[in-house]
Amino acid sequence: MATPVTVHGPPLSTAVSRVLACLIEKDVPFQLIPVNMAKGEHKSPDFLKIQPFGQVPAFQDEATSLFESRAICRYICEKYPEKGNKGLYGTNPLAKASIDQWVEAEGQSFNPPSSVLVFQLAFAPRMKLKQDQSLISQNETKLEKLLGVYEKRLGESRFLAGDDFSLADLSHLPNAHYLVNAAEREELFTSKKNVERWWGEISSRDSWKKVVDMQKQST
Amino acid sequence: MTIKLYGVAMSTCTAKVLACLHEYGAEFELVPVNLQNGEHKQPAFLAKNPFGQIPALEDGDLTLFESRSISTYVAEKFKGSSCDLLRSQNPKEAALVKTWMEVESQQFSPAISPIFYQSIIVPILYGGSPNQAIIDESAAKLGKVLDVYEKKLSSSKYLAGDFYSLADLHHLTYIYYLMKTPYGKLINERPRVKAWWEDISSRPAFKKVAPGLTLGDKN
Repeated sequence: MATPVTVHGPPLSTAVSRVLACLIEKDVPFQLIPVNMAKGEHKSPDFLKIQPFGQVPAFQDEATSLFESRAICRYICEKYPEKGNKGLYGTNPLAKASIDQWVEAEGQSFNPPSSVLVFQLAFAPRMKLKQDQSLISQNETKLEKLLGVYEKRLGESRFLAGDDFSLADLSHLPNAHYLVNAAEREELFTSKKNVERWWGEISSRDSWKKVVDMQKQST
Repeated sequence: MTIKLYGVAMSTCTAKVLACLHEYGAEFELVPVNLQNGEHKQPAFLAKNPFGQIPALEDGDLTLFESRSISTYVAEKFKGSSCDLLRSQNPKEAALVKTWMEVESQQFSPAISPIFYQSIIVPILYGGSPNQAIIDESAAKLGKVLDVYEKKLSSSKYLAGDFYSLADLHHLTYIYYLMKTPYGKLINERPRVKAWWEDISSRPAFKKVAPGLTLGDKN
């Protein structure tokens, strides 16, 4: 049996959970190695060897060390095309390109405002940090506008890149999950008919439910 | 049928794709989009990119947005030619290219783009004054990212290894503009980053693109 791949980082991290969701969708066995961020383990010399920016996740597959969650996800899909969900990154170049543009949209347009909101609304209070109301309001506006584009798109197709669940939808799960469940911003998703339908479908996938379980078990 | 790229030569994102097209010697047509007239927000363009941003690509029946997914598509389409910017034949190299492409996307770009926006776009397009606090904060972030690059470039000639790849290419246009501002010092102060920049910016494909990067030039 092949050595499982290794993921370093806490399941509560959005970027780590993105990779875990992908591994589970693709049915690729993995080992999760905890990283104690409260103790600064991610900034230790040993960790910086595998992730020079001192962030999670880091990932190892035999002799290959990778980082950046979206790169790791693409790598998993390309290395294991026949495992698990075969269509996750498309089964032909055109489908793959169409999925890729929406993974990019997530990384460039959805991630920045949603990350700020998740930090300000879900993590700052827990860390006893003062919230920045103007930052919250600016990013809510940005996200609201963005989801207007998604609403239109999801009226044209069932999922972002087409009729099948893909890496593009998966990429949104971590931040959206926190917005809905920890930041009290469910309304961003439920106030739009198509977005609500899409969110309901993607968040109820078995793979995501398993990731959420891992997050709960880690607390 | 020729590839059509919708955008403008002076745009960082359009030019990123132009550099890739020139590396592959691909035939294409640059179709101008009239940003001043808001063409990018009109229905005809929104049908190509629902986010109303340039560039967009058309290749036969395929329409794509997001510059990084467009350049990846071009590189995969022309795979097998003497140009090899994705290293597809070598899984380990390909994985590292993916990682460093994401580094550009998630670490480098967010740090450099506010410097570009404040120093060049705000005064030139909006006749406003740069926000020095934003520039200073971004310059500090960019410095930290470039420190990681400086270290990485001591063990390999380019970011993903000893080969030029899309990971390096994606940095060209923002750095070109940075060098027109006083913040070019962030590059010049780091000897290996500086040498890497001089190498990648002297490539013939980029020399075709650079003359179009005219924002900030005095007429």
